[in-house]
Amino acid sequence: MCGIVGLFLKDKALEPRLGALLSDMLVSLTDRGPDSAGIAIYGVGAQGQTKITIQSPQPDLDFEGLETALAEAIGTPVTVVRKSTHAVVELPAAETDAARAALARLRPKVRVMGAGSAVEIYKEVGLPDAVVERFGVRAMSGTHGIGHTRMATESAVTTLGAHPFSTGPDQCLVHNGSLSNHNNVRRDLVREGMTFETENDTEVAAAYLSARIAKGKDLGTALEDGLRDLDGFYTFVVGTKSGFGVLRDPVACKPAVLAETDQYVAFGSEYRALARLPGIGSARVWEPEPATVYFWEH
Amino acid sequence: MAETTESARVFDLGKVPLRSLNQALHQVRDGSNEDWEVLNPGGSHSVAVGVDSPVAIAVRGSVGYYCGGMNDGAAITVHGSAGPGVGENMMSGAIVVKGDASQYAGATGRGGLLVIEGNASSRCGISMKGIDIVVGGNVGHMSAFMAQSGTLVVLGDAGEALGDSIYEAKIFVRGEVKSLGADCIRKAMKPKHIERLKGLLEKAGFGDVDPASFTRYGSARKLYNFNIDNADAY
Repeated sequence: MCGIVGLFLKDKALEPRLGALLSDMLVSLTDRGPDSAGIAIYGVGAQGQTKITIQSPQPDLDFEGLETALAEAIGTPVTVVRKSTHAVVELPAAETDAARAALARLRPKVRVMGAGSAVEIYKEVGLPDAVVERFGVRAMSGTHGIGHTRMATESAVTTLGAHPFSTGPDQCLVHNGSLSNHNNVRRDLVREGMTFETENDTEVAAAYLSARIAKGKDLGTALEDGLRDLDGFYTFVVGTKSGFGVLRDPVACKPAVLAETDQYVAFGSEYRALARLPGIGSARVWEPEPATVYFWEH
Repeated sequence: MAETTESARVFDLGKVPLRSLNQALHQVRDGSNEDWEVLNPGGSHSVAVGVDSPVAIAVRGSVGYYCGGMNDGAAITVHGSAGPGVGENMMSGAIVVKGDASQYAGATGRGGLLVIEGNASSRCGISMKGIDIVVGGNVGHMSAFMAQSGTLVVLGDAGEALGDSIYEAKIFVRGEVKSLGADCIRKAMKPKHIERLKGLLEKAGFGDVDPASFTRYGSARKLYNFNIDNADAY
């Protein structure tokens, strides 16, 4: 199973409500996956700054004094805003690589959930309601976001095995299904220089797309390539800094519903997730076609 | 709680749990001629599943998985769209979906009439065993897969692999068929087929559609028994 949601706002007036709307959508799909939940929110980042969302199994220990230690290590001021087991580190974009290297050295137990100028990613073991509550997702504003509630099949029930997966700047992916050739694809990507945190199949799909985008392809073309190279069952919802994409495998047995109004494009594994969105009664609601790339961009 | 009015028993699923609706529907006794109305279904699963009385049920909104599953005699109208498996294993009665239906609509249905006024998705009528299904729009890929008996009528187009491994169900399509599945072939429309189709279209509310504008598809009957020369077709 697994439940996935996505919301891409066209109407700026809805932006302060993004976190609340996306949270309600995800909570409505709780019974599709009780193992872990996660959400990626794209906000408006400050010019020239990068946000790195990090997570720690020992947050009290790791986040204490991190701001000072990291600033000293990279020689420029940073801010660290803690949210439960996660924290968002904000720093000049040019220092991103140096900061990631310093983080690995200073706090070896800390894991990077995602990084970019706009995205923040929060994910933990537990039910969607508890996870959105823990990270204060309802209060977050933004332009678009995606969420996932997991029924684990391909790898362990852990924070790192939760979705969304991010492997590239401002890129993330949620997945309902299971890939059958992920070990082969992972080996190919490792040879190309990608690194992996888990044994999870979805992380491979995320890395696959990121590797193509890094080679200059746009998300739509990268997804088209995925139809050829990724084998298995999938409905993917993908976020980039300015865009939002949906792709189902050619057999399309994993459910998917899209809705579009003048105010938003919304995705849900089921209509239940969309039923309480504003204006849904007059929205165009349809089931995305198999093996067809859907993509919206600001 | 559920309200009872002179004309209809109303269940607002925004206020009462689904189970109270389905339990009340299962307790209907012979001779009841109440009408039922379901408000705010909000995509709920299993709305009006397993009803075995000839009652009329109007659902005001869209439903999730398995609406009207195993229906035996009720007339259910969904004033919205339906999720996967609407009318799965229907025995008798009628289900009308005013909007679209998701995958495997009418799967394994044994009898009754399922009408989808909009589009149906993939695997519509998969393994149907006697149900009649009329779709006002298109059907997706693998529709009528292993369909054993009954009728699938499509006023629009059909997706890939229509009627794959079909047995004795009859398929009528007015529009384009993207491709036919293994052992499914185009067949001649004889007067008896036109007559059968005309009756079904009328029952489904499409009486103004000309039955002669459809093409009939059915089984070539070459896969019924294993023949080593057909191995490539499996």
